[in-house]
Amino acid sequence: MRVELLFWDGCPSHPKALTDLRQAMVDVALDPSTVVVREVETQAGAALECFVGSPTIRIDGVDVQPPREEPVGLTCRVYRRRDGRISPTPDPADVRDALRAAQATTTRGNR
Amino acid sequence: MTAVGDHAPTFALPDTDGIEHEPGGAPATVVVFTCNHCPYALAWHERIVAVARDYVGRGVRVLAINPNDAERYPRDSPDAMRARVEHGEFEGVPYLYDESQSVARAYGAKTTPDVFVLDATGVLRYRGAPDADHDDPAQNADFLRGALDAVLDGRDPSPAETPPVGCSIKWKA
Repeated sequence: MRVELLFWDGCPSHPKALTDLRQAMVDVALDPSTVVVREVETQAGAALECFVGSPTIRIDGVDVQPPREEPVGLTCRVYRRRDGRISPTPDPADVRDALRAAQATTTRGNR
Repeated sequence: MTAVGDHAPTFALPDTDGIEHEPGGAPATVVVFTCNHCPYALAWHERIVAVARDYVGRGVRVLAINPNDAERYPRDSPDAMRARVEHGEFEGVPYLYDESQSVARAYGAKTTPDVFVLDATGVLRYRGAPDADHDDPAQNADFLRGALDAVLDGRDPSPAETPPVGCSIKWKA
């Protein structure tokens, strides 16, 4: 399983997002040291990566909260917590669910 | 750049109806740089509007200013500002557009949000974050409320300055 965190340094949210992501991986018995952290530095890079904001977490290429109509660009991303609050980082429960879903897919594929 | 203890720059900026607003004329004025697209600004927004509501009886004015480059960030355009105002998100808080970004530069604003509290004479008395944690509504903008209480009571705010936290202001190239 490939777990990636993409970030833009102009937004201060990625250290917390990485901490939350690593904890979520521990919670579902994955090795948190395997996270691939990549910086998106330019508008062209954002377009190439289909990067709609920082932080973006992808598991096997799938966004943990697939963007709807956000344009690609170097910006901070807006997430909704499960209680409705707006947040700069995804809800840890959503990240854990996405990791478990990917684990289930991987397990089925290995049978 | 304006430091705590300095006279804050004056300005006249239009709100979403084109009416110009200036700071002053109140025992305390809050100038908050904010925007539409930043999750930190959005997370703190209701707490700042609540401050405006809770302190209007003591004569406090709250002015919100969007300083971002709307060309590169269309979600910060005047039309998008107007839509939020019409949706009732800025009750009691004029939402001003700093198209030239000159006011943000004069204040030395760094992020959205970035909060400045001026006393009745226009001297900057507090600058920084609304409170210690954007992710905890229970914080209730207590840095800002504490600063206002101090200014209204003739005391020095403590703290008088905290690091602003949020998205960097999107300056024009």
